[in-house]
Amino acid sequence: MTTMQPVPRLVDQFELGLDAPICLTWELTYACNLSCVHCLSSSGKRDPRELSTRQCMDIIDELERMQVFYVNIGGGEPTVRPDFWELVDYATAHHVGVKFSTNGVRITPAVAAKLAASDYVDVQISLDGATAEVNDEVRGPGSFAMAIRALENLAEAGFKDAKISVVVTRHNVDQLDDFKALADQYGATLRITRLRPSGRGADVWDELHPTPAQQVQLYDWLVARGERVLTGDSFFHLSGLGEPGALAGLNLCGAGGVVCLIDPVGDVYACPFAIHDKFLAGNILSDGGFDNVWKNAPLFRELREPQSAGACSGCGHYDACRGGCMAAKFFTGLPLDGPDPECVQGYGEPALALERNKPKSSVDHSRSGGRKAPIPLKLLTIPPKKFCNESPV
Amino acid sequence: MSAPAAAAVVFDPDRGWRLHHQVSVRPEPFGALLYHFGTRKLSFLKNTTIVEVVSSLADHPDARTALRAAGIDDAEQAPYVHALSVLVQSKMLVRKDCEETS
Repeated sequence: MTTMQPVPRLVDQFELGLDAPICLTWELTYACNLSCVHCLSSSGKRDPRELSTRQCMDIIDELERMQVFYVNIGGGEPTVRPDFWELVDYATAHHVGVKFSTNGVRITPAVAAKLAASDYVDVQISLDGATAEVNDEVRGPGSFAMAIRALENLAEAGFKDAKISVVVTRHNVDQLDDFKALADQYGATLRITRLRPSGRGADVWDELHPTPAQQVQLYDWLVARGERVLTGDSFFHLSGLGEPGALAGLNLCGAGGVVCLIDPVGDVYACPFAIHDKFLAGNILSDGGFDNVWKNAPLFRELREPQSAGACSGCGHYDACRGGCMAAKFFTGLPLDGPDPECVQGYGEPALALERNKPKSSVDHSRSGGRKAPIPLKLLTIPPKKFCNESPV
Repeated sequence: MSAPAAAAVVFDPDRGWRLHHQVSVRPEPFGALLYHFGTRKLSFLKNTTIVEVVSSLADHPDARTALRAAGIDDAEQAPYVHALSVLVQSKMLVRKDCEETS
């Protein structure tokens, strides 16, 4: 009667999907003051169809009913929405925790003080270099100083445990210890995630993604020093480099099963790295609300079916990496049932060397006439003040 | 930062315990998900019996009584006591008679 019933592994449970996401990413706007070369939502200009304050609040009500514990709010730069703080307050008052990602543009001392007073808001400052030189090449001139200013303001206001969020690239992988030191300096926690070839990231991925040797270096660093480092479970493609469980966290693809993305116009995608028609499950406004899209969208139902190992079925590491990241394969033009482009067993490299058809982006809000690679960084300016004068929202 | 906790709370099954007020419990087919809004940590209750125990802790004078009420004989309590002690370490559970500090 009371013996422990054998239960399926959690990983298996998660792959079958939950009745509601554990957390989800919500991009509140495509507007952004920066033009990061690897922006996975190809953000820049606001979309005129972006959800109104009321529509956002209705979604929060629904998330509360579904007991979604928290939302990762991003963009674009979410804080440039005039109703951003109102929405944060509304979410936390309705038991939906908020973590938001920002480049720091609006984290003034006054804002930092307000944030420090809340138990339910977590702040993530994006930084892609531990030095201005490395960071600004990817995120634009002045962006390092802006992020550091935000971290200083948060620390001075007594905000505890902000996150420094780093996308690991070929140029910053040697700075992992420096990032950690930076985080320690501001009483923050380091969070590192994988560079995806999504959005404008597709244009720069070949030059920016860590080399095979650097993947090993990254893995070793995570095993040795990663205990107090967050990863968003994003490095599961590296699992095959060592013993199962050596990497902290669940390390599985939760797309459409435990996570998803709501974009600024209410479109629901399988994950934050998959803004493309191929991974569009439905729209909250036109498809009967988020709950209905989550539970019934044909795409999500399909993603919760057992997936074929395809070309990876003979590989002894398939159980560890599960074929890697769906979005990384799709946006590099690799088959979805084959190896990850950064497969640590080396199966990605030859696949990348073959003729590939990289999918064209179906959603692009980049400024100055759309995506092009490589983006001439020197032409970029970051005018935070301009945003006060002519808010894109 | 991350200095070792000054006085780590040890789980004593003969005392009264309850969920931290910032913890939310979401029932799932496999058991439940717990989320602590203060520590921002997620935990899993991997069967429905432990969910019953955790949810009813506050109604019992001590954890042992809660375990027995859920039909777990003393001889079978070890894995559940372990599960509860993990939840105490992660601050999901607090002593009934303690003020919450965070």
